[in-house]
Parts: sequence; structure tokens; C-alpha cells
Amino acid sequence: MKVAVQREDFDLGAEVRAISKDSKVGAVASFVGLVRDVRMTLEHYPGMTENAIRGIVDQAASRWQVMDCTVIHRYGELQPNDQIVLVAVASAHRGDAFAACEFIMDYLKTQAPFWKKEHRAGGAAWVEAKAADDQAAGRWKS
Amino acid sequence: MCASCRTLSYFGEMRVKVTVLFFAALREQLGRPREELDLPSNINTIGGLRDHLRARGGAWASAFAPNRAVRAAVNQDMAQPAAAIKAGDEVAFFPPVTGG
Repeated sequence: MKVAVQREDFDLGAEVRAISKDSKVGAVASFVGLVRDVRMTLEHYPGMTENAIRGIVDQAASRWQVMDCTVIHRYGELQPNDQIVLVAVASAHRGDAFAACEFIMDYLKTQAPFWKKEHRAGGAAWVEAKAADDQAAGRWKS
Repeated sequence: MCASCRTLSYFGEMRVKVTVLFFAALREQLGRPREELDLPSNINTIGGLRDHLRARGGAWASAFAPNRAVRAAVNQDMAQPAAAIKAGDEVAFFPPVTGG
């Protein structure tokens, strides 16, 4: 399991290959989050961020068969179309890989201490949290 | 608890030292990323500390107004208002998170 919080970009292909080497792995599901059409700064809480993500990955691994997993989240200055976040889950079968990947992403949105500030022509503004994100994380509780 | 974290003030009252961190919009509004606080020992929960900070008035009153969504962590774990704080703790206040 790999968790990285970094300024640098990442290589999706290399990260997927790295968790696909075990011949028992039959499925890798991955998600990449991208910056849309606005420049932004991502702030985080060093120390807590890594621990929070590890806690989310551990929860996923206790609910589904997770053979390996990589989560990378960037911080700092990001430009339109930049990659922000990667979640990749390796499992024997696709059902576990899809579910664990989506669970990790939903929890990361509401539990990992990151904050986005958007820089537009009219000035900079912190992004407001969305109720839809809380609902997305909440549906896994049933 | 470390011996130096609990000290008797001039008035002989027990004080509790904690580090408080502020992030994102709260950090900007309050004009500081962190503060070392020497709290009266009756302020021993996240909710109590939030009330204590709000009582400073000005930017503190609006940042910690009851209708403002503020999240907290104690020693880098998400914490509810009833969560206890003790000497030596690292407490953080921040807006709802927006990563991913």
C-alpha cells in the first residue's frame, strides 16, 4: 500500500504497473481527478493528511479484497487539466477493485484535510464543501 | 502528560498548554497559522475551546460564529465538539475539507 502527498505530478501507467505485478491480481481499478478550467492552490495539513488517507485505505481493505493500493494526492499550485489525485486498487476481481476505489475516493473527499483555493480573474476564493460529497460518503455506511 | 505542560499561573490556577493550528480560510481570516495557548483548565473540550476563541471578538467572533461550519482535529484525528483536550495536545480548526 502506498500513500503519497506530494507537489510533483504522477504517472498513471507506472503506478498501475507497480501494483499489477502479482500474478494473482486480476483487476486494477483506478481513478484520476483533474483540475477543470481554473488555476488553484491546494493546502493540506502535513502529518494528518497521510494518516487520514491510510485510515481510509485500511477501512477499504477491511471491507473488500484489496491486494494492493496506491493513493497519491498533490498539493501546491495546480493549473487547468493538471492531475490532482490518483486512487488505484488491485484485486483478484473487478467488483472489489471498483468498490474499494470508489469508497476510498468518496471518503477522501470528506475526511482528508485538503482545501482548494481557486484563482479567477475576479480574485481568489476558497472552494466551499459540497453536501453531495457528504452524501456520497454516507451511502457506504449502510 | 509532560510535567512542564501543566503549570500554576500567578493566581495559583491550573493552566493547560496546547498548540492550536488554523488552516485555509480560517488561517487567512485569523492572520496566523498557529498559536500556543495556555488555557484555564475548565476549557477541556473542542467545543469549549471554540467558544473561548470566539469570545476574543472581531475576526475570531465571525470565524467561530455558531453558524460557521468549522471542523476540528485533536492530535491529527478528526474530532467532534465533545472531544476532550488535554495538556500537550495539537488541536486544529479548519473549514470542511475540499480535496480530491
